[in-house]
Order: sequence, then C-alpha cells, then structure tokens
Amino acid sequence: MDSIPILKIGSALLVTIQVDMHDQLATRLQDDLTEKIVQHRARGVLIDISALEIVDSFIGRMLANIANVSRLLDADTVVVGMRPEVAITLVELGLGLPGVKTALNAERGLALIGGVSAAGEAADDADDD
Amino acid sequence: MADSDKDQALVRLFTQRESEILAEWVSTLNLGETKMTLQEAESQGRAVLHALGKAVAHGNHGDMRSAEYADVRDVLHAFSRNRALQGFSPTETATFILSLKRGLLGQIRKAAQSEDAFDLLWRVNQLIDQLGLFTVETYQKTREELIARQSKEIEELSTPVVKLWDGIVALPLIGTLDSGRTQVVMQNLLETIVQTEAEIAIIDITGVPMVDTLTAQHLLKTVSAARLMGADCIISGIRPQIAQTIVQLGVELNVVSKATLADALALALKRTGRVVSKLKAKSLPALQEPAAEARG
Repeated sequence: MDSIPILKIGSALLVTIQVDMHDQLATRLQDDLTEKIVQHRARGVLIDISALEIVDSFIGRMLANIANVSRLLDADTVVVGMRPEVAITLVELGLGLPGVKTALNAERGLALIGGVSAAGEAADDADDD
Repeated sequence: MADSDKDQALVRLFTQRESEILAEWVSTLNLGETKMTLQEAESQGRAVLHALGKAVAHGNHGDMRSAEYADVRDVLHAFSRNRALQGFSPTETATFILSLKRGLLGQIRKAAQSEDAFDLLWRVNQLIDQLGLFTVETYQKTREELIARQSKEIEELSTPVVKLWDGIVALPLIGTLDSGRTQVVMQNLLETIVQTEAEIAIIDITGVPMVDTLTAQHLLKTVSAARLMGADCIISGIRPQIAQTIVQLGVELNVVSKATLADALALALKRTGRVVSKLKAKSLPALQEPAAEARG
C-alpha cells in the first residue's frame, strides 16, 4: 500500500500531499503522522495541500482530526497552499477548520511554526485581537 | 371558389407582382424618421418578399411555425435581431414589417375581382399579423439577451480587488450582495490572494446599501475561505445604520471590523510589521511651490 512521506525539518514535520487522497490513504497518513510526532517530539506539523484539487468532507474532517491530535501531542498544525476552489468547497461544506492554522505557502507556514515554538502562546493571543 | 384557387391567387400575387409590391412597400416607409437608407430598406424588403413568396408557394400559409416558413423566420430573425442590437425602437422595427400590408393590399385592389378580394384580404392580413408578431418577439428576445449580458458585465466590473500594499489587498464591495455575486467576489478575492501572496484582505462594504442575514452569511463565508488559504480578513466601512441592523438581527460577525478603510489599512500595516509616521515639516516634499512658500 502506498503512503505519503513525512519529512522532518528541524522541530517540524512536513507533509506534502501530491496525489489524490482516497480515504484509506488519509487514515494511513493520520496514523503515521501521530507516530512520527511522538517519535521526533515535533513541535509543528506543516501540511502542504497546494497540489490537492479535489476535497470532500472526509478529507476536510481528516485535516481537522490531524490538527486536534497534534494539539494533544503539543504540536501546532499549519495547512498551507490551499487552492481557492478547495477553500470555497470546504466553506460550502461547512468545514471552516476552526482549530487549524493556515498560511499561503510553505515558507510562511514554516515561519508560523518557528514563531509559535519561539513565542509560545503569544502568537495565539495576537490572532484574537 | 375552392381553397386551392384562393391559394393560387395569393401565390400569383407574390410571384407576378413582387417588384410592384416592393416598390409600394418601400415608398410607404417613412425613411426620413428612421436610421435606415433606401437601399437597406429595399434589399431587406426584397429578402423578406422572396422568402415569403417561396413559403406561400408551398401552401400551408396559416402557420408561421411550419417547416415551409423556415426561410421567412430566418430572414425576419436576422432583421429583427440587427434592429434590436442597433438600438431601433420596437415601433420602428414592427412598422417595417407591418407596412408590407399597404403594398400587398394595393396590389390586391388592382388585381383581384370583387368577390374573392375579401378572402384574399383576410389571408394577407393573417399572414402579416403573424410576421409582425414574430418580429416583435425576436426583437424582445434580443433585447433581453442584451440586458442579461450587460448585467453580467456589471457584475464582473463591480468586484475589483485592489492591491493596497505589499501583502495587503482590498475588496471594495458596491451594490447588494446576492449568492451569485458572492460567488464571483469570493473567487476574485481568493485568486488575487494567491497571485499577490497577500497576508491580509480588507473587505470594504461602504458601498453595500443594506446587510441582511443572508449578506452577513455570504460575508462570513468569504472570510472563512480566505482564512483557509492563509490570509486574514478585516471588514471595514460598516455604516452606523448597518451596524445597528446587524446587532438587531442578532448576526454574529466574528471577524475583525473597522469603521473606515483607513483604519483597516492602518491595522493591516501594523500587523505586517510596518509603521506609518509623520515627517517633520522641513523634509516634506513640496507638491506645489506656492503652497510650500505660504506654509514656510
């Protein structure tokens, strides 16, 4: 069974989704990622979905699940590079992904994770004003 | 007189007297008041008469929708469509076709014997009425197409996304927000966010005349979609009246909002780590010499 590679960059994990996600692949990714976070004691997870063209409610929920699981394991999740069509679809599905941080591209996403690990909760407070 | 004989009389009228009919028809048109030239009128009239003559020769001249009248319909369709696009009035368009009556009736008076004149008149009348109705219908349809196209253009024109600064875009909304427009607005905004790599999008609703629950929902959807792509949204330009309405409706606008676009821009600059400060009077670049002297 094929799987999605998970790369370690500093204290963050990088996941790049470049194939069409089917449900089995999504579940597998969720399991792998959880293990890797614990194994590497990662502080951040960066999920790049710039190549993802089609989403359904399952993928949307998977992203939210990954974010929730990561938070329990003390790692921040940033979803980067979402395409406009994908964003519209998720909003129409009612999946606003409230707990998930987002960034426009991988570079900014990494900066966000770096900032979070350096400043701790300060970044969260800044988002709320 | 049998039906076929009456048909023959009508067919003869068209085949033998086409040029006379045309001449009388064109002469009754009040060309001075329209934008049409004599040549245009003649060539269009000839095309109509020609197609009509052929259709009548095939019989079945009571029904415009029959297959024999396909040519007539094509000619009239093109004619009426052109008129509508060129901005002729419905009266001008319909009068052209209705004037054919004068030409035909004149020829009937000269040609027909008294007893079958009435039958012929009746048939010609029916025919012309149908032609007239068809023309007006096509005219109306073309105008409606024109209006639909224009409203679509307005829709696209009225939702520009402007770049205010590096990483800051603004979307000045003007007019009411319905579902169809929100879709266009959202698409435009999100695509611009990708192109300009904007971190902050300001949605200015100064030009939105009213906000109801549906509009608020559309706004929130746009904000959520932008957030999913990694851009923060600020809503600005909520007018006092609208602010009251939103509160009275009980709508929760869980987004950062500012009273004016200027405030929103100031906040956006601050968030992206920029400072706007005032220069000292001496180092101000002068826009106009006299004004600078007066101040100094």
